[in-house]
Order: sequence, then C-alpha cells, then structure tokens
Amino acid sequence: MADETSTVRPPLVELRDMHVAFGGVKAVDGVTVDLFPGEVVALVGGNGAGKTTLIKSLSGAHPADAGQILIEGQPVTIHTPRDAKSLGVETIYQTLALADNVDAPSNVFLGRELTTRWGNLDSSAMEDATRKLMARLNPKFENFIVPVQSLSGGQRQSVAIARAVHFNARVLIMDEPTAALGPAETEQVRELIRQLQREGLGIFLISHDIHDVFDLADRISVMLQGKLVGTVNKDDVTVDEVLAMIILGKRPGEVTIEDIAELH
Amino acid sequence: MTQTDRSAPPATPGSQPPALSLRETLRAAEIDTRLLGMLVALAVIWIAFHVMSGGTFLTPRNMWTLTVQFASVAIMATGMVLVIVSRNIDLSVGSMLAVVGMAMALVQAEILPDYLGFDHPATWIIALVAGILLGAALGAFQGAIVAYVGVPAFIVTLGGLLVWRGVAWWMASGRTIAPMDSNFQLLGGGSRGTIGGTWSWVVGVVLCVGIVALLVNSRRQRKRFGFRLRPMWAEVTLGVIGCVAALGSIGFLNRYYLPEGLARQYAEDNQIPWPEGGLNVSAGLAVPVLIALGIAMLMTFLTTRRRYGRYVYAIGGNPEAAELAGINSKRTIIKTFALMGGLVGLAAAVQIARLNAAVSGLGQLTELYVIAAAVIGGTSLAGGIGSIPGAVLGALLMQSLQSGMVLMNVDAPMQNIVVGIVLVIAVTLDTVYRRRSR
Ligand SMILES: Nc1ncnc2c1ncn2[C@@H]1O[C@H](COP(=O)(O)OP(=O)(O)OP(=O)(O)O)[C@@H](O)[C@H]1O
Ligand SMILES: [Mg+2]
Repeated sequence: MADETSTVRPPLVELRDMHVAFGGVKAVDGVTVDLFPGEVVALVGGNGAGKTTLIKSLSGAHPADAGQILIEGQPVTIHTPRDAKSLGVETIYQTLALADNVDAPSNVFLGRELTTRWGNLDSSAMEDATRKLMARLNPKFENFIVPVQSLSGGQRQSVAIARAVHFNARVLIMDEPTAALGPAETEQVRELIRQLQREGLGIFLISHDIHDVFDLADRISVMLQGKLVGTVNKDDVTVDEVLAMIILGKRPGEVTIEDIAELH
Repeated sequence: MTQTDRSAPPATPGSQPPALSLRETLRAAEIDTRLLGMLVALAVIWIAFHVMSGGTFLTPRNMWTLTVQFASVAIMATGMVLVIVSRNIDLSVGSMLAVVGMAMALVQAEILPDYLGFDHPATWIIALVAGILLGAALGAFQGAIVAYVGVPAFIVTLGGLLVWRGVAWWMASGRTIAPMDSNFQLLGGGSRGTIGGTWSWVVGVVLCVGIVALLVNSRRQRKRFGFRLRPMWAEVTLGVIGCVAALGSIGFLNRYYLPEGLARQYAEDNQIPWPEGGLNVSAGLAVPVLIALGIAMLMTFLTTRRRYGRYVYAIGGNPEAAELAGINSKRTIIKTFALMGGLVGLAAAVQIARLNAAVSGLGQLTELYVIAAAVIGGTSLAGGIGSIPGAVLGALLMQSLQSGMVLMNVDAPMQNIVVGIVLVIAVTLDTVYRRRSR
C-alpha cells in the first residue's frame, strides 16, 4: 500500500499478519503494517480496536501469538522489551510506564543507567543528561530531584518522551503521546515529532486526535475490532473518509453519501 | 550508546549558579524531614525514659547495652526494607534465624571439632560463612517460589515460618547446642567481644572523615556539571553535625567501663599495677554494633548507588514499568530474598554468639520486630518507599522502648501493648504526613 517508488528499499519495519488473542478475544487479527525511515504512520481506531496490542508486539511488551516482524527486511524475534530496544525500537506507552517513586533522571535511564568505572550509579551524569534533554523537549521542566508522581501529567509525559528519544532510536512508537498535554505542550510534541522525522526516524503514532493525525502522518492505518480496515496516504483522503473507516470499517470508495451523513 | 556530553559548559558560564534555599537544601542534602522527625521522636523517648527512670536511662552503661541488643534486629531490618520495597514480605526470618543458628552451632560444636579439634582458629569463620550461605540459600529458595511460581510472598514465607521452625527443632531434636567456639563468641559482643576505647575513637574518626569525604565528593560532582550548589554554610553545618554526632556517641559510649573482673584481667595483661580506687578501662564498641554499622553502610550504598538497589525501588514503584524498562524483575526479587537470608545468617551468628548456645526457640517473634523496625522507619507496606537509615533508626527506637520499659520494671504483657500502640501511631503519623506532602 506504500508508495510504489519507496518499495525499492525494504521498509524500516514490517509487521506481517500479526495475531494476538486474550482468551477468546482476538485483539489483533491478521494485521499487516509497515513503516519507512523518515515516515510517520498513524495507527487509528476506536477504543479497544487493538492498536496498543499491535504495537506491544513490536515493543516486546507482549509478544504476538503469530506473525512476522521484519526490520530493514530482516526477520527478527522480539520477546522482551530489551530485544526491541537493542534493535533500536523505543516506545512511549499510553500508561507512560514510569516508576512513580523515583526521580526523572532515574526514569529516563531506567534499565540503562550510566555508571562510573566501578559500576556505581553516576547520578550527576544522569541528571546532567536529563537536564540537557529537557532543555530541548520541555524547557520549563525543573523538577529533577523529586519522585515523578508529584509532577503534572505533561511533565510526566515529557519524562516518558525523553526516555524514548535519548537512546538513538531508529523506530519510535508513540501511544497517545499528547493525551495528557495542554495546547502548548502538544505543539511542542508535534514539533518534536517533525524534527525526529527529519532526522530519519520512523514513527508509529497512535492518536485519537484526528487533527494530530492529519497534521503529522504520512500514511494512516485504520483498525477496527482487531482487523486492519486499510492503510491510506493522508494526501489522498479526507477527514470524513478516515472517520468512515474508523467507525464503519469502510474503505474510501465503499462509502456512500448516506454513510457520511450518518457520521455528522 | 548515550549522547551525554560531559564537557559541556555549565548553564550559566562565568557566574556562580544561584544558591539553594533552606528547604531545597534539606531536600538536596537528602535529609528528608521524616528522618529528622524520627530523630526528634527518639530524643523525646530517651529524655522521657531518663526522667521517668530516675536518671538511669541515658547512662553510658545502659546505652552501651542497648546498642548491643539492637544490633541483630537492625541487621535484619536493612534487608527487610528491600523486601518490603519490592512489594513483598518475609515472615520467615525468625524461624530461619533458628535454623541457621542451629546449623552454625552444630558446625562449630559438633562437626568441626572432629576434624579440627576444639577452638581451632578457622572454626569461627567456617561456621559464620556456612551460616550466611545457608541463610542466603533458604532465602533464594523462597524467593524463587515467589518470583517464578508467582505464589504471594506472604504465603510462601508464612509457610517458611512454620517449616523452618520445625526444621530447627528437628535438627537437634530440641537439644540446646553449646558452647560456642571461643573466637565465634566475640561476634556476640560478650565480655571480650569489644574493641576497646582507642579503636572506638578510631572508628569515630573514620566515620567523621567519611562524612566529610561524602560531602566533598558530592559537591565536586555537582560542580562538575554546573548544578546549583548548597551554600557553603550548609555544607559546613552538615559536616560538623555529622562529626559531632559520630564522635559524641563514641565519647559517650566509651564512658562505659569494663566490670572489675575484666578490668583486673586487663591490668594484668598490660602489666599495670591495680590502683586503689579501681581502674576505668573503656569497653569500647561491641563487635555486633560494628557489624550492624558496617551492614547499614553497605546496604545504604547498595540501595542508593548500585543498579540492583535502583531496580528494587523501580519494581516497588511500578512493576510493569520495571519490566518494560527491561529490568529482570524475577532475578531481582530472588536476589532480594537471598540478601535477606544472608543477613538473617549474620544476625543468627550474633545471637548464638551472645547466648553462647543455640536453641530451637531462637528468634521467636523476631520477624515481627524486624518488620516493625522497617515500618516505623518509614518503609511503606505498599512498596516502593523505604530507607536503610530509617529502618536502623526504627530498630533503635524499638529497642529503646523495650530497654526503657525493662528499666522501669514494666511487665512483659504491658511492653507488648506499648510497642504495638507505638507501631500503629508511627504508621498513622507517616500516612498523614505523606498524604499532606503529596
Ligand atoms: N492484557 C489484556 N488482557 C485481556 N484483554 C486485553 C488485554 N489487553 C488488551 N485486551 C483487550 O484487547 C482488545 C484491544 O485492546 P487495546 O488496548 O489494544 O485497544 P486500543 O486500540 O489500544 O484501545 P484504546 O484506544 O482504548 O487504547 C480489547 O478488547 C481489550 O479489552
Ligand atoms: Mg491503547
């Protein structure tokens, strides 16, 4: 479904025929999506459509039951978050996945702490790196030595983002990165996404905000009840057509005037 | 892997970074207000007992005994902090203490003498290491069931509480194993298990130098990255308070003198003629107190400066987040239980050395004192929160209550009632404080 011209190079990430079930619930049912370097692919769908479950199979948080993951054309196995990270796949989870009882630098470096020659935690170096990172991501951020549970939603989100972008990711997965943010902070995140895209990262962006999606995405993949409705180029579709895909599960062209009327 | 640029200039080149305010200083100095609160509570309890007991509580003799008695609970409480922080609990420490104590006693009193003879210089270390390893193995076994099988720690260690108690009895069919190896006995801080006045001063000076070194190092680190520095007066005050506390305690405890028999022995050994009015020879710090001090520092280092400690806290704060960050939670949990077990082994050594015997009833109810010490010291049973210094202070507070009541001839049932009430009050205050500071 991607641009015919860009298939000369293999996609950065390809998820082929993914299946994930929870008991009898087929949360992801035969979904295939791909992502190219410097591209933002939006994953959209209603609540419970299976977006989070799909990306968790790529981030290693919950491996798929069946399906194949290819990175730059090579099949890879991702069983744990560590596997994903070592392949350059970083994730900002919908729940943020922060350890609330420790401070921002500890969270940014959780699992990948900077240490001194003796293997002791180098807290000052971590704080310093976090300060530099935050100067770029959220200049108003100042609370570097308090547990993150006492921070605002936006600040916590900044910490989660900082953790994902600090480690030279090739692929960034963002599950609702602006859900907890005010307008100014949202604009900051959008600018960051554009910047990372220019740097050549591939980004899976999950969002319920259709404006975010049309503003940032190159392509849009729509899921409904665990199945992929389709993937479209943003420039080829209208907001109404995407909404019809999300709600009715109908691809552009299958949509009738009555359907559109029903949406409004 | 990271993009840290350590050579970058400070944020405000040329000018000194602005100084921290007093509140931030307290915070930055990691003197959390609740630890200060505990010190105040401790002081209040001490003074109250001193007054109520007619001036017998705050005496070098009583305080010296108190430090010896508090050591074994303090040693175990440092491990319990990590167990509880990781959202687990260990109810088996008292029974495990009996098993390990019994094993160490059998090793030195009945097994090794067959090979090495009595009071061989290697006996004590073999028995001690065997005990610590056995404790760690029992702990790791319980931890593995918790981590890999997923049985709640409460159940696994409740089972352990019953099983190990039975095993301890079965190991010697209820006999009392005695006496201990004469070198091993020093671990208990009995009549000879002290380091004397001079070495105690050395310990005090080392502590003082250590405190200053930590302060200097931390300041240097902050300077390296151009972070805001504590005002100089605060640094100096902290250093002075630390040194005064360390040296003051040593000076005070050093005024506990050896009883006459031992003092005469000392005079004889050093060829000092026995003076008319008797001879004042400082006993100095007891070995178990030194062990507790060393363990407290080691465990503080482990929790604040090593990956392992950071992971324990992360798991306690948000287990899912820890997994997603790539932390091996299962291994961390097993390590934590093994560490707890090893500390139980050490505490068991201290106890049987002090008793100069091992009985299968050793350590009864100890699990409750250890948990109470950790909780009074600010460890949250919900996990994620707790500190080693807090737990050590908690152990000291509990022991102070008990010694004070013994001094005032409060009977045993009443002692339990008071300790129970204090536990609930302490946790209540803590909960209220936390809710407000949120
Ligand atoms: N751990 C789990 N156990 C059982 N069922 C689950 C689990 N995680 C997700 N599901 C189910 O799988 C389906 C897909 O959920 P998922 O979280 O992937 O949806 P989503 O598209 O991310 O929704 P949202 O927009 O609300 O975040 C839902 O029916 C959900 O109830
Ligand atoms: Mg979701």
